[in-house]
Amino acid sequence: MSRNAKREGDQAPDSYGFETRMIHAGAQPEPVTGARQTPIFQNTSYAFHDAEHAASLFNLQTFGFIYSRLTNPTTAVLEERLASLEGGRGATCTASGHAAQLLTFFAFMEPGDHFIASTRLYGGSITQFGKTFRKFDWHVSFVDVEEPEAVRRALTPKTKAIFVESLANPGGVVSDLEALAAIAKEAGIPLIVDNTLASPWLCRPIEWGADLVVHSTTKFLSGNGTAMGGAVIDSGGFDWTAAGERFRGLNAPEPAYHGLAFHETFGDLAFTTHAHAVGLRDLGTTMAPQHAFLTLLGTETLALRMERHCSNALKVAAFLAEQEAVAWVSYSGLPDNPYHALANKYLPRGAGSVFTFGLKDGYAAGVRLVEEVNLFSHLANVGDTRSLILHPASTTHRQLSEEQRQAAGAGEEVIRLSIGLETVEDLIADLSQGLETAALAARRAAV
Amino acid sequence: MQHDSYSNAYILSILRSVRTIAMVGASAKWNRPSHFAMKYLQEKGYRVIPVNPGQAGGEILGERVYASLAEIPEGFEMVDIFRASDAAGGIVDEAISLQTEKGIEVIWMQLGVRDDAAAARAEAAGMKVVMDRCPKIEFGRLNAELAWGGFDTKVITAKRRRVRLA
Repeated sequence: MSRNAKREGDQAPDSYGFETRMIHAGAQPEPVTGARQTPIFQNTSYAFHDAEHAASLFNLQTFGFIYSRLTNPTTAVLEERLASLEGGRGATCTASGHAAQLLTFFAFMEPGDHFIASTRLYGGSITQFGKTFRKFDWHVSFVDVEEPEAVRRALTPKTKAIFVESLANPGGVVSDLEALAAIAKEAGIPLIVDNTLASPWLCRPIEWGADLVVHSTTKFLSGNGTAMGGAVIDSGGFDWTAAGERFRGLNAPEPAYHGLAFHETFGDLAFTTHAHAVGLRDLGTTMAPQHAFLTLLGTETLALRMERHCSNALKVAAFLAEQEAVAWVSYSGLPDNPYHALANKYLPRGAGSVFTFGLKDGYAAGVRLVEEVNLFSHLANVGDTRSLILHPASTTHRQLSEEQRQAAGAGEEVIRLSIGLETVEDLIADLSQGLETAALAARRAAV
Repeated sequence: MQHDSYSNAYILSILRSVRTIAMVGASAKWNRPSHFAMKYLQEKGYRVIPVNPGQAGGEILGERVYASLAEIPEGFEMVDIFRASDAAGGIVDEAISLQTEKGIEVIWMQLGVRDDAAAARAEAAGMKVVMDRCPKIEFGRLNAELAWGGFDTKVITAKRRRVRLA
């Protein structure tokens, strides 16, 4: 081995652990100045060496930056880091998790096409897929993905993908990724997994056969409730060409690039190249470099935070399960939970920190509890350092029908918690006094 | 040696030692993958000599096209095979027969191209072999350029890269 090779980071591929990669992947010292933390390239456009260099860039013949709507050096560091942590080939960052979903489907959906999605999704995704996507003539069937036969029955010749959440929001439901990947493979379509609530520290869907992974980086990846963002990570493993006419966006000549066919030209780089060069170019759903920087800071401590999020959540869930006012707790980390076996398989390091529980006294007690607690912030987000509380029926899942709310695990008595990093005894004491007050109020109302 | 994965050191040693590449299957059409790779490698300072019987006597990116490796009048250290896997064996055998005369040290088969028997013959003759990889992507990967597109380069280092003056 030459000294040069050693100097430039020669190691066998994949030889570094997760914690090393969450700090170092994508982020070498900036070569011109030596700056060790990733600089924020607050910059829109990039100088060409000459006309020929510009032509090569516009033709996608060389690597480089043109305009920050497509690529940006700070955002690129985050993209490489997320690709590394998820075990994917490449990643594309976006303005939000919703933007990541739009960008993902945009790559291969045509008007009239169809996909299958789990009934247990974040309410915002159900609205995006079921209402807004319809304006593009994209159609979704929401299916109970715990029944493999129901998923198979929902497949049509126009079906282009299966979409699930690894750990569903808000229900505490764990998807059987390996079984779903087998169905997708059989059908010749990609399995897309929203891994937001698990994070790659707890679950890496690509290892279970997922083709694409999407994130709202706003949650655990940034971790501090500071920056909106999303990402789609491509495994590089889906054969867009073998799927023939069904995936024209990735395997047919692209008129805007003089007939270049992405999969033929870029191989396993095709999806990520397309997502930047066509998706971000034309949809403009770009992540701001400042947000990429804040999210990079979050990823540096991901494993440490997730460990504490999970241990705090398990203690709070165990406490709630013993309370008189609580009808049920849906946390797959609890041994008697129906998803406990799946959690042990797919989330062996912990079942995350977002879960729901039901109040015996229903809607009124739920509203009272969210107003009564002192440390829990009443807001619509998850995956913050702070503990958060929400009544989904009156907020995130408000736009859904009662039937859809029940299917999504967001009925009227349901409270969603996102457990933060505070002293866990303080969280338990806060919930304890809140539950007492809410129960008292419910009893008074009943009299 | 095994050819399922390559260390960064192995790929770097090839990309650092090679100066001239004979590219078998180079295309004159600008939107073909071989044209992309040839143009990129030229920009990075390599001389790329195109080999393509259908276009012999013509020119691609300023270089004269030859019908075969044997017809190239000068030496070249690497043969880059941009042809289907079943055509690789014949090209490798021609390269072995020209090894001393042309100074050939490396056989490189492009993404999707693999012929283990031909690789073994080249290695027995003392050549290094890379299969199912693209030198453009590998050059970009090991020099941080591939990362600009959002890809995992699998290069992890806290060392500051040296910026060489052009």
